[in-house]
Parts: sequence; structure tokens; C-alpha cells
Amino acid sequence: MRIAVCIKEIQNPEIAASVFRVDEERKQVIPLEGMPLVTSPFDEQAIEAAMRIRDAGVQCQVTVLTFGPESAKAAIKRALSMGADNAVHTLDAGLELVGSTTVARVLAEVVKQSGPFDLILTGRQAADWDAGIVGCGIAQLLHIPVVTFAKSVQIEESRVVVERVLDDGFESVQTSMPCVVTISNELGEPRKASLRETMRAAKKPMVVQTLETIGLDAAKLRSEAECLQTRERLFVPHKNVECDVLLGASAEELAKQIVSKLSASRLL
Amino acid sequence: MSPEELGKANGILIVGETVDGAPVPLVAEMLALARRLIGSGNGLACVLVLGDASSSATREIVAAGADRVYLTAYNETDLYASDMWLEAVRNVLTRFAPDLVLAGHTSLGAELAPRLAFELNLALATGCEALSKEEDTFVATRPCFGHKAREVISLRSKPAVATVRARSIDPLEPDPGRTGESLVLVLDEMNTSTSPRVSSRTREDTGEGPSLEKANVVVAGGRGLGGPEGFGELERLAECLGGVVGASRVACDLGWCPHSRQIGLTGKTVTPALYIAIGISGASHHMAGCGNAGAILAINSDPEAAIFKEARFGVVGDYREIVPALVRELAHFKSRQATVPMDAP
Repeated sequence: MRIAVCIKEIQNPEIAASVFRVDEERKQVIPLEGMPLVTSPFDEQAIEAAMRIRDAGVQCQVTVLTFGPESAKAAIKRALSMGADNAVHTLDAGLELVGSTTVARVLAEVVKQSGPFDLILTGRQAADWDAGIVGCGIAQLLHIPVVTFAKSVQIEESRVVVERVLDDGFESVQTSMPCVVTISNELGEPRKASLRETMRAAKKPMVVQTLETIGLDAAKLRSEAECLQTRERLFVPHKNVECDVLLGASAEELAKQIVSKLSASRLL
Repeated sequence: MSPEELGKANGILIVGETVDGAPVPLVAEMLALARRLIGSGNGLACVLVLGDASSSATREIVAAGADRVYLTAYNETDLYASDMWLEAVRNVLTRFAPDLVLAGHTSLGAELAPRLAFELNLALATGCEALSKEEDTFVATRPCFGHKAREVISLRSKPAVATVRARSIDPLEPDPGRTGESLVLVLDEMNTSTSPRVSSRTREDTGEGPSLEKANVVVAGGRGLGGPEGFGELERLAECLGGVVGASRVACDLGWCPHSRQIGLTGKTVTPALYIAIGISGASHHMAGCGNAGAILAINSDPEAAIFKEARFGVVGDYREIVPALVRELAHFKSRQATVPMDAP
């Protein structure tokens, strides 16, 4: 079977709030100097989900798809080093900023043209815009089922069995293929790059294409998206908390301090 | 009503999720938002309920601000929730033309809303914490970049689609005297040949007492606890305070605490009066789930932890010593209070 994993290269989401800055004029984040870009963590877990399917003994070819600038090649390399077999890099010259809906339209077309795929995996959301739109969008545009927030994905005969995270528990969902499954953090830690796969990564096939190559018109996609919705602002909210640091020579004294402060603030 | 009149009777359609036949708290929160957006206009706030809603649930939804409740039942319990909802919402949209469709940003809503938006080519904003109306356009504010930034999006389709984060809006005081109508929808048989099927649902045990979302005090632990044993200590503290234990994503991913206790961007949102964060660094994706708490008390051994920038009270030190001392001190405090005669002058 063929599995596609959609990944995105993003600013490191662990950047501390204290050094996080946005350019309000251009409505985008100002990259932190010297801080390397990373693969969105949920997307790394999507690669992990694909690898676990292979580990379970399912014969599969895993193709990494990304829509991003030249630099996203690094994210592809990491995915190939984790064990993916090949990649399709669709170059972006700024369309991503238009919004997740447009990204879904591009990736749906890539999936269609680079396929057929039996299973399409994405992260539950990209850890930059946190929208969680792309996976569902691809499924809806391709008229195939989607199951979101997977904590495990298994192939049983011709069906996909997903353990799906609910607000108050889990559900087990079975679906036919082709389908889209989005992966949640409950799946667990993604594997590290293996030496063997890293050595092989450079030789794994990678297609680099532009929107034009696949017959998409960036200007048209942009104007269609902006007709529906536009980002008016991007800003960092102001915080106004002054922390009252409690001091005491011993745990007992600190505990007394805490109780007296909480009690004075009517919090007990 | 004629189709034209129906077209004019615009307003807001709310996805009315229920648990055991009762609406989830987000329904009342979205109704408060809907009433604010409709304002003095003549739009209707309608709630769609799937499954076996009791008549008391309908009354509760009307009391919370609804003008109309659409009720519909699917009797196949193994159908995939967002498939049923997508079908039901599309059906309602043929009868009622709202300006906005609202769903909670839940495991259902976060899947249903994008599916609906792509199906009908509608504007979409997910995980919103505020929505306003400027002339004829809805304007959504939503956290992004792990809650470090906010983006403001104008949504220009009719209807527009948005999901709302829990606890972003206070519900209205329920008004038992409000009146509203309820309409039963009969839906066509769904074509389910390619639909996912649900073979089992498991509710994770969230323990005794109030749920995390309703708790007045939440005691949450993170990586700094150093292991699952630390949560025992936190349980004792929570018990003293009548609170509930929560956890950061890292602590849940490490298996120290069930995922249903996870607080943050990809977990639950809580708004207790008091949030005690123990061994939690205060990454912005965690603050997404607790930033609206009344007051945060942070206990952390790292004086540089980001949590101290968010907390009203901070204690730098080893929780292994501080928490047991705090449990003892709270017991003293309570016994002192108990000895004060209730009818003292």
C-alpha cells in the first residue's frame, strides 16, 4: 500500500514567549535569529504513525509531501532519515501565508497527482497557525473519509483502524481506504533518525515541483481565498501580571506564606 | 413561512453537542455569544441537537438563550459522529439560512467545522476566543503560535463557520421563563457506504468529584514532578482544597497522568478561581488551557521558569517539601476556621 505523510516546516514552537515577536505590518512572525526551523511536532508524529504501520509488518511505501519554501528540504531530509521512502516537495513562494484553506487545496492536488495513495496522514494541526484545517480539507476536497485526532493507526486487512481521542476518552473507528487520518500528540514520541536511513536518505527519490508544474495558479488560489476571508491582524497580546514571589527559609514558612496570601485573596 | 421569509430569518446556528442527553457547557457559552452577536437584531439563535435529547435538555437550551431547537435522531449508534452532524447541519441549512454556524472547538467540532467549510466553500476560523460583527462581516480572534499570538480574521461568506474554545465566554444566567420553539427534523437515510464506523467508545475515568472544567481549584503537575509518584502528592493537595488534579502535555505523554487530565492547547481548557501549577514550566501551549484562571500559584524549582511571568503568586523551591508542608498548613488553617463559632458576633 502507499502512504502519504503531509509535513510542514515551521518556526520552533518551543520558542519562549519572552523572545517571540511578530511583524504586525506584514502580519507574520519575525524569525528568531540562529534558531533553526523544525518539522511541526504533530507531523513528526504522523511520520512515526506511518513507520509503526510498516513495523507491524504491512508492506508500504511512505511518501512525504510538503508545500513550503526551498528550506523545507531540511524537513524532508529528516522524514527520509526516519524511514520514509521518497518525497514530493511543492515549492511555495508565499502562498502559505494566505491561510490553511489554500494549503489544503494545494496538498489535495499534490495527493491526487502523486498518488494514488491508500492512506494520507497529517498532524492534527501545524504548530504555527494551530488551525487544524488541512487534513479535513484534503479529505473533503478528495471526497474521502477523514478521522481526526488519532492516537494509533493500524491496518487490518483492507481497513484502517484508528484509536481516536475524544474530549472524555477514546473511540475505536474503522474506515475504508483511501482515507485521511490526522495524528494527535497522544500517539507518543516520534523515533529519531536512524543511521542506516540517514545514510540512505540522500539517495531516496525527491520530486521538486512548482505550483505551475501541477497546473495550479497561485494568483487565482490567492484571490479565491481572499474573497472568502482575510487575516486582518497578527499581534502578541499584552500580559499584565506581576508575580508576587513568596519567600521563606523553610518549606513550613513558605506554606504559611502561601496560605496567608491565598486566604487574604479569598482563594481558600 | 415561505422560502423567502425563511431566507430572511437569519441568525446563528449552533452545533449542540450533548453528553448523556444533556447539553455540554459550551452550548450555553456559544448561546451567550450568539445573543451578543445578534444584539437587538431580529436574527434567531438556533441550536441543533442530535440524538436523544430529553425535553429538559431542550428547556435548558432555550433558557440559555436559544430561540429554536432542532431535534433529530439517528438510531445507528455506530455511525461516525462528524458524518452524522455534517448531514444534519447541511439539512438544517436548507431550511434556515444563518449568517454563522458555531461549533465548540471539541473533538467533534474541530473536525466537523472544516469539513462543512470545504464542502460548501465557506469562510472558516477554528479555535476562536472572540467573535464580533462589523457591519455584515464576522471578525474572529483566535490564538495561534501555541497561544503566543492572536490573529484576527474577517469571514465573508454566508454563513461563515467558526469553532469556539471552551470557557472563552461566560454563559448567560439561565432564564427559565424564556420561550423558544423546538422542531423535529426527519432526515433522509444517510449514504453510509464509505463512512467510518465506530466499534467502541471508552470514557476515561476522570475520578470522583467535579470535572476539571467545572472545578473551582485545579492542581496541575508537569515534567518538574520527576515521575508519576508526584501526582499522589498533588492529589492530597487537591483533596484539601476541594480541587481536581490536571497535568501538562509532557506529563500525560510520559504516561504519568491520563490524557483526559491534560490541560493546554491540545487538551482541556480550565478556568478555576485558583490554578496551582507545580513543576510546570509555563510553555505558551500549556497556558492556552489555564491562562484565564482567576489566579495562578506557581511552584517551581527553576526561578527562570516562564510560569512566573504568568502567575500571581510564585514559590521557588522543591515541591516535594513544599506540597506536604502546604497540605499540613491547610489542615491547620481549616481547623482554626472550624473553631471560630459560626454565630460569633
